[in-house]
Amino acid sequence: MSSQSLSIEPSGPKPRKWFEWERVLIYSFLIITALYWLFPLYIVIITSFKDLVTIRDGNIFMPQLHYPIVEVTTDAGTQMVQEHFYDPWVRAWLHVCTGLQCEGISPNFWKSVIITVPSVIISIAVAVTTGYALSNWPFKFSEAFFTVLIVGSFIPYQVMLYPMVLLTKNMGIYSTLYAVIFVHTVFGLPILTLLFRNYFQSLPAELFKAARVDGAGFWRILFQIFLPMSLPIMVVAIILQVTGIWNDFLFGVVFAGPQNYPMPVKLNNIFTSAQGVKEYNVEMAASILTGAVPLFIYFFSGKWFVRGIAAGAVKG
Amino acid sequence: MAVVTQLKTKPSVNSVSIRGLAQSYGALQILKQLDLDIPDGEFLVLLGPSGCGKSTLLNCIAGLLEPTHGQVFIKGKNVTWEEPKDRGIGMVFQSYALYPQMTVERNMSFGLRVAGMAKDEIEKRVGRAADILQLGPLLQRKPMQLSGGQRQRVAIGRALVRDVDVFLFDEPLSNLDAKLRAELRVEIKRLHQRLGNTMIYVTHDQIEAMTLADRIAVMKSGAIQQLDTPMTIYNRPINRYVAGFIGSPGMNFLKSEIEGAGAKAVLKFGPGKINLKDYTPVAPLMPKQVAFGVRPEHIRINAGAEAGLSDSFDAVVDIVEPMGSDSLVWLNVASQTMSARVESSEQYKPGEKVKIRFRVGLASLFDEATGDRL
Repeated sequence: MSSQSLSIEPSGPKPRKWFEWERVLIYSFLIITALYWLFPLYIVIITSFKDLVTIRDGNIFMPQLHYPIVEVTTDAGTQMVQEHFYDPWVRAWLHVCTGLQCEGISPNFWKSVIITVPSVIISIAVAVTTGYALSNWPFKFSEAFFTVLIVGSFIPYQVMLYPMVLLTKNMGIYSTLYAVIFVHTVFGLPILTLLFRNYFQSLPAELFKAARVDGAGFWRILFQIFLPMSLPIMVVAIILQVTGIWNDFLFGVVFAGPQNYPMPVKLNNIFTSAQGVKEYNVEMAASILTGAVPLFIYFFSGKWFVRGIAAGAVKG
Repeated sequence: MAVVTQLKTKPSVNSVSIRGLAQSYGALQILKQLDLDIPDGEFLVLLGPSGCGKSTLLNCIAGLLEPTHGQVFIKGKNVTWEEPKDRGIGMVFQSYALYPQMTVERNMSFGLRVAGMAKDEIEKRVGRAADILQLGPLLQRKPMQLSGGQRQRVAIGRALVRDVDVFLFDEPLSNLDAKLRAELRVEIKRLHQRLGNTMIYVTHDQIEAMTLADRIAVMKSGAIQQLDTPMTIYNRPINRYVAGFIGSPGMNFLKSEIEGAGAKAVLKFGPGKINLKDYTPVAPLMPKQVAFGVRPEHIRINAGAEAGLSDSFDAVVDIVEPMGSDSLVWLNVASQTMSARVESSEQYKPGEKVKIRFRVGLASLFDEATGDRL
């Protein structure tokens, strides 16, 4: 055998064994890990499509396959109603109650949108300008300023909470949407400025010099030279901000006021409001609805992310 | 047409003048009290190793760096506090620094658009620059679709369209491969002959410096060591540093000693003596330890006695490096190593015993202690 295998003259790709213990180990680990993370998601999804009877009686691992016609008694009388797989979702979106409010989670979805969009836009716009100035237009204390900014990004939010409440109270915006937007913008600035400053620092310095020789000033260089090259970092910043702000609970519950609660706060209230039967299916549907925006962003930004990096790789 | 107007400028006025320019970061001095006058239309090369301050000097002229002290004049006007765009300069960078999202045409016209120039004038100027640099077919491409050489031509075009008085080049060929570098070098020289603009060119490549320059300024740690024509710098380097920096393969420095003074001085080298009557000293020679600097092409192997050659010395061939056009022979002479350049038809073997003679009139003598030319 060995003499035969020695007689093969090496040429082209080296032959590999089709079975290797290392590979079996790696793949089993990966598959088990994937299942461990995917399984709860599976339970959440199938539960959100079940009716309460199936949840009470059925197997937690099995999806509901048949939706019966049930008798529903309301003030107007008794009716026979065909059940649909999407009923819990409609209820979560439009009808689920917290306290006396029975409008579902949809108003809070729009509150979240109203909070997230301006916070993301304003924080990124300010951070781009600050980062660009720190990177390319050094002033006397710019290094010290940058250090302060970095330190700022490491301070836990809880420490700043009470001062921020006082500040927004004095500004007269406490318990409004403005307060949440303001707080998100301010707390997003240190990390975003750091992000953009480092990105602009990594662009070739000669590009900036060339633009200055061509006579371009502060804003023109930013808008016409640097911003078109910033797509990759812009995508990173948007992902960071949208998911961060959308998922935020703390600032929403503290600064928004009950009439303006963003989705995660509302979701928590749905879970904790104890009245009647616990509607697991509706709660699961509301959870998925709340997580849908960040999930959507993660799924679709991947492609854009790669595209952005490819576009940014073209350096003159 | 622009060529004609540019050639007509008064030659008496210096195009660029530097007065007492200094640049330092804290205690670190990059430039030390530098003075420099560049006449109109001159091609000046700033040559030196990295960190010698040549790029800093160029950035100060461009207005991209504020000097710590001193003044910069362009066309007789003090521009020390002017913005880069108001100095009448165009600059070409090592990394090309093209705007990646703009086409070649928009790259070249960017400066003109910033200045708010009329559209047809922009078109005319870009067209002219594209003609000169043969960029016509590439105008609608993005930088990523161009080769390195084409990119650098676009970068030159960007300076060209602005009709500047002074071109500044910051190591423009260093990112290119050897063949392209040689081609573009010729193109830059042709451009200078055609336009007649003042050009200041920073490089660490002594071949670029030799081939392009009207004058070379050899720099070391923030000061100009020697400022002269390429041939003077090659043949009569002012000190050992300049001599070693210029020339490839480099000059041989042989430890030796001057005996006797003035006209009677001879050079004691190894077992023999070298007559110095053909050497033109800076000042009358005095007895002292010296480095005898002789370039490889000024050493003859197995030659007969003839005018201009020294007495012969015994040498042993160590290594032979054939280079096609000629060969470099490494020799051991009086327990010192040196190289000699010979015709490739002359063949030597390692270990072979040969006799060598020096062309003393073209050699240099440097003080062993200070490194200055004697």
